[in-house]
Amino acid sequence: MYRKKGKFTGEGIIPYSGEGSTVTIEGAAVCTQTGCAYTGNEAVAYAAKQCNVDVVSAYPITPQTIIVERFSEYVANGEVDTKFLAVESEHSAMSACVGASLGGARVFTSTASQGLALMHEVLYLASGLRCPIVMAVANRALSAPINIHGDQSDVMGSRDCGWIQLFAENVQESYDLTIQAFKIAEDKGVQLPVSVNLDGFTVSHATESMKACADEDVHKFLPPRESFFKVDPTTPISVGGMALPEYYYEFKRQQEEALQLSKPFVNRVGKEYGKMTGRRYGYLRTYGLEDADAAVISLGSTCGNVRSVARTLRAKGKKVGAIKLWMYRPFPREELLSAIKDLKALAVMDRAISFGAPQGALCSDIAATLLNTGSDIKILNMIYGLGGRDIPPSTINTMFTDTLRAAKTGKVKERIKYLDVRE
Amino acid sequence: MVVLKDLTKEELYAPGHRLCAGCGPSISIRMALKAARGPIAAVNATGCVEVSTTIFPYTAWRIPWIHALFENAAAVASGLEYAYDALEKRGARKGKVDIIAIGGDGGTFDIGIQALSGMLERGHDIVYLCYDNEAYMNTGIQRSSATPRGAATTTTPAGRVIPGKREWKKDFAGICAAHGISYVATASIGFFSDYMDKMKKAIEVDGPAVIHVLAPCPLGWRSNPADTIKLAKVAVQTGLFPIYEIIDGKYKMSMKPGTLLPIEEYFKLQGRFSHLLKPELKDELEAIKKGAEANYKRILGLAGEPVTTQ
Repeated sequence: MYRKKGKFTGEGIIPYSGEGSTVTIEGAAVCTQTGCAYTGNEAVAYAAKQCNVDVVSAYPITPQTIIVERFSEYVANGEVDTKFLAVESEHSAMSACVGASLGGARVFTSTASQGLALMHEVLYLASGLRCPIVMAVANRALSAPINIHGDQSDVMGSRDCGWIQLFAENVQESYDLTIQAFKIAEDKGVQLPVSVNLDGFTVSHATESMKACADEDVHKFLPPRESFFKVDPTTPISVGGMALPEYYYEFKRQQEEALQLSKPFVNRVGKEYGKMTGRRYGYLRTYGLEDADAAVISLGSTCGNVRSVARTLRAKGKKVGAIKLWMYRPFPREELLSAIKDLKALAVMDRAISFGAPQGALCSDIAATLLNTGSDIKILNMIYGLGGRDIPPSTINTMFTDTLRAAKTGKVKERIKYLDVRE
Repeated sequence: MVVLKDLTKEELYAPGHRLCAGCGPSISIRMALKAARGPIAAVNATGCVEVSTTIFPYTAWRIPWIHALFENAAAVASGLEYAYDALEKRGARKGKVDIIAIGGDGGTFDIGIQALSGMLERGHDIVYLCYDNEAYMNTGIQRSSATPRGAATTTTPAGRVIPGKREWKKDFAGICAAHGISYVATASIGFFSDYMDKMKKAIEVDGPAVIHVLAPCPLGWRSNPADTIKLAKVAVQTGLFPIYEIIDGKYKMSMKPGTLLPIEEYFKLQGRFSHLLKPELKDELEAIKKGAEANYKRILGLAGEPVTTQ
């Protein structure tokens, strides 16, 4: 009944070559790009503008608000044709996105924290009804106590909602992944919502230099949405009806199949985007894994700090490496296994607590990935940075020391460690 | 004015669905769709109508139809309206589609009122149709803010100490009208011609319009399925459910006020009010009569009619 997955090729694992932060593809026709300085939020808004979104429906919440503000300016100044819907809650924001997406429109929204939590039930609806909505999430802590700063508690709470979830390390990646997200979501072979996550404040509010494509290149890369099915009087279909026990399970099984099968599209789009811009994307990015004994895996902005510390340590002859996950859902199991196969120890960084669970969410996923593979890689779980707590290089350095010790001794002193917390 | 012989024979709401015999909401939907002027799309909140008309792989809807969640029909409809506009703007579709959002009283008066308020405030060209059977019937007859005072529901049972629901029905039409929209109407399936006229007017309005239609539920009201239309009429004739329009803020009674029928005529047809006819609860019955009369007079006053119930 279900399609067989393609043979594992190892594609989508993009190593950092040398010290550079970009991957240039040989023979690629790289488009003309303009250097500019944007915050993460502005970069996302600019990308959405270039993607000719039909409908934007959003509600303000820190630290995402600037995305909505910038986009409102584009609308107010007539720079886009987008219909902008300033709704009365995030619940309605995502609901309107679902309505617009089912009507055949290209749809974008953005949120964070409590907003994402308020959308929770609608997130399942968006994926269950196969709506290719793109949403930026400026990751932020969850109440209580209230805290507006960055961590990944919000997105981890929605990891089972059936969305493709991508993580950006910096402003450039926020821009790049937003453009790619539309192409992935709207592909006939995917038809699923995609979220682009950027760390609250660290990326959302930090101004960095980046390269932006010309409008016409983005338009060529991403033609207007052609919907596979739509709610329209020309095709009077009923969407979202009731499926009782004799059908519901099949719907959900097929949805899982769809999400798993969306994986190669993420890589394909990453490759195509790489051809256009010179910045190749995939599932994950590795640094120093060719000879590393110990490595650290993380999501989002922390990846840059981890790589920087790893670089210093490698210069001192330490065999360390780093892994950045661009795609968290669907989880790139095979690629990750292949990337870490020669490691002796791996520290997994979780910027959220999965209350009452044996480990953080990412660590649980990695433990599950290693299950029954015969691997004896030592896994250390590092919880960090909740509510915007800074993660200085010295802490990352200590983490590498712990991981190297585990690699050497084969023993893990602390199964789960809460970094830089008073206790 | 809609007359029977002019009604379209086209059934956009197909027979064969699984709603109860004598279901008022079902009748309200069939009538509403017969009032359509052209291409129409519906967004339906969770509720009896939704669960019973689209049990996979069947559907009773011959129009494009979306069910999303319980509280978000107005928001989903808002998005759909903008999608049609945006696609038309970039030349990807053509032609006006009338959008109706449909919700029961629970999905409208209670959990969905925020999304509805947003839709009305933003001025979407959507008709919001609330079919009011005066409780959460789909989950087993729990009270909503549309349940009238005195009614027994499973969360306001007629107990030894508390005789059914204590609170009055929410002034839903007033709340909608307070958004400054140009058309709000209350209606009853007991007066089909009036109801369908109002539906047609609501569709004609350029901007949001709200129809609040009384649709008896034999199961929840504990009434004879054959009495559904009768009940829908008597509710109006007793003054318990006045039918009127609010056009650009101006109230207009839909029926000339005459002598009201005694409330007992309505209550005796329904199990949910039967306890109120017991002699020991005559004070409560009296309080309900007074409250209903005051409400009726309030609306007469707003409509500029002589304030009398005699």
